[in-house]
Amino acid sequence: MSAASVRRTDLRYRVGLNLRAVVGRSYPRIVGANREPSWIFFEALLPLLGIAAYVFIYQFFGGQALAVINQATLTAPFGMCGSNPCADAAQQALYRAAVYSNTNALVASVVLGGTMVAFWLNVLWSMASQLYWEKEIGNLQLYMMAPMNRMALLGGMAVGGMVMTSMRAVSTLIAGVFVFGVVFQVANPLMLLAVFFATLIALYGLGMMFASLYLLWGREAWNLSALMEEPIFFSSGFYFPLGGLFRIPGWGPAVAIAGSFIPASIGLDALRQLTLGSTAFGGTLWIFDVTTELEILVGMAVLFLILARYALAYLETLAKREGKLTSRHQ
Amino acid sequence: MQSPMTYAVETRDLTRIFAGKKKRRFRRKAGSNGSEDSLGPVTALDGVSLGIKEGELFGMLGPNGAGKTTLIKILATLLLPTAGQAFVAGHDVAKDPFPIRQRINMVSGGETSGYGLLTARENIWMFSQFYGVPSKVSKERIDDLMHIFGLWDKRDAKVRMLSTGQRQKMNMIRGFVTDPDILFLDEPTLGLDVNAARVIREYVMNWVRKRAGKTVLLTSHYMAEADQMCDRIAIIDKGRILACDTPANLKRMIRTETTFQLEVDTIRDTTSFVGLRGVKNFSHKDDISKNRSHLTFILEDEGPVAEILSSITSQGAKVHSLQKSEPTLEDVFISMVGRGLD
Repeated sequence: MSAASVRRTDLRYRVGLNLRAVVGRSYPRIVGANREPSWIFFEALLPLLGIAAYVFIYQFFGGQALAVINQATLTAPFGMCGSNPCADAAQQALYRAAVYSNTNALVASVVLGGTMVAFWLNVLWSMASQLYWEKEIGNLQLYMMAPMNRMALLGGMAVGGMVMTSMRAVSTLIAGVFVFGVVFQVANPLMLLAVFFATLIALYGLGMMFASLYLLWGREAWNLSALMEEPIFFSSGFYFPLGGLFRIPGWGPAVAIAGSFIPASIGLDALRQLTLGSTAFGGTLWIFDVTTELEILVGMAVLFLILARYALAYLETLAKREGKLTSRHQ
Repeated sequence: MQSPMTYAVETRDLTRIFAGKKKRRFRRKAGSNGSEDSLGPVTALDGVSLGIKEGELFGMLGPNGAGKTTLIKILATLLLPTAGQAFVAGHDVAKDPFPIRQRINMVSGGETSGYGLLTARENIWMFSQFYGVPSKVSKERIDDLMHIFGLWDKRDAKVRMLSTGQRQKMNMIRGFVTDPDILFLDEPTLGLDVNAARVIREYVMNWVRKRAGKTVLLTSHYMAEADQMCDRIAIIDKGRILACDTPANLKRMIRTETTFQLEVDTIRDTTSFVGLRGVKNFSHKDDISKNRSHLTFILEDEGPVAEILSSITSQGAKVHSLQKSEPTLEDVFISMVGRGLD
């Protein structure tokens, strides 16, 4: 070829190329997706309804508990309450505080779970299914023809997804604080940030791995995504502390262990400990201590990213051999 | 592995076979087992050997399913060959795709790539980032190309608001913005109006002619387009190259033959022309709106004309015009493939 066609291949060039690719691919998600104001209704306000349902149930139970305590105070302020000794005023105040605290912790758990639901749905529908979509609209072959590393493509999708969904998650969090009056107590903000980012990286690493597999499975993948919504909400403890499942005899621990393979489960558990204090719920509903959970999350992040890289390389070779990258409806 | 030749694109006995798709047969009777029928393997390319020189605008003509797109996909490193080798810019497509990907780009007709929520400009910029083009350079190129392709007024329009022609112009700009050495154009003017197609043709021709070292491989359904644009043309059918030469030389190949074009009332039976002595090949196209048939005959000499006319009139059809013509690329195609492109 002529001298005009000499192209750089050095490391600096490759790093620059892949960073540009990450920025390029994240752009449609960060900028494009927020052009439609309808997201505020569909992705910030509507999910609040789901959260509100759990919040009202927990608040109702909290209210019932308070009523019982208050009733005991009114009917038998001194002496005996039936066959049991009545609590004195100080003890009753402690009971009330415990009910307030537990109700707040449950509601806060739901709000935090709601923010993580946004990330999980984004991983399912905008990461895992994305390569399949890209193939259908004709983008995938253009991506695969470009010199960028394939992980830069997935990385761009993930970064874009994280930023885009963070806006939705923050809106849920703000609504939780102002509408439901949730109180968070953050003692270790650095640890909180570390856990949050480790959770996101592990979660999106899982999404990157799914992206290749979904492309391989084609349309069947839609069913899988649908299958992984509600059951994961439950088994990962999005709306209650996951440790509660371990207390259910029989199937409880099995479901909780299965759900723990989704990084959001461990991540949520750690985030709840860091924002509510490890003594919340009497300190009995947590799976592991925060440090152990952070280590698990980092391990998951590394594992999923490595698996994603190999899954994509395998898929690309297979697709080039079978023509699946370029043909639609396969 | 590098090609020893200085071709921009070279293929050697390139073969691509697609495994047959499995067609699931549903169970008809309760209790019986479902079974799968294989539709059999499809040979898309069958020993294709080609050499496209640097600076050449090379055309590839062939009917649907001839193997044109498969060839482009292999050269664009999107497909692996089943057998044989392909080199682009001297690099083996199967073993060394990275330097190829740095130097190529591809635009297909009727492409729906990009994201509807982004503007035309943003979409092109996004794709340029996958090639590592610095943002500033990319934006300058995009603006220049948008002026050239007449898309400047639509630069900030969301892609989903663009018409088919505007969208295809955007795709073309995407192809050029990375400044490739080798550009694959797969029917780039498909479905475009005359003006949009002309703008694209002119820019592609100028790009190859005025800039050293730029090569284009173009597939087209439009014979006149290929004739006008290409330095050389390969005619491909059923995965095999039937001829490869300049348009003038291709036409010269059938100059010893005579081409007749007839416009007659719609006729249904063309079997009487098959095997007619002296008829080398013919094509048949109906114009339903006018109730007419257009027939093109490649004849060894003028001998069979009387017999053809007699066969037409015996079906009760009137002959409205009869014209002897100079061979066109379409005649070459009909002569070799045995049918027209439509």
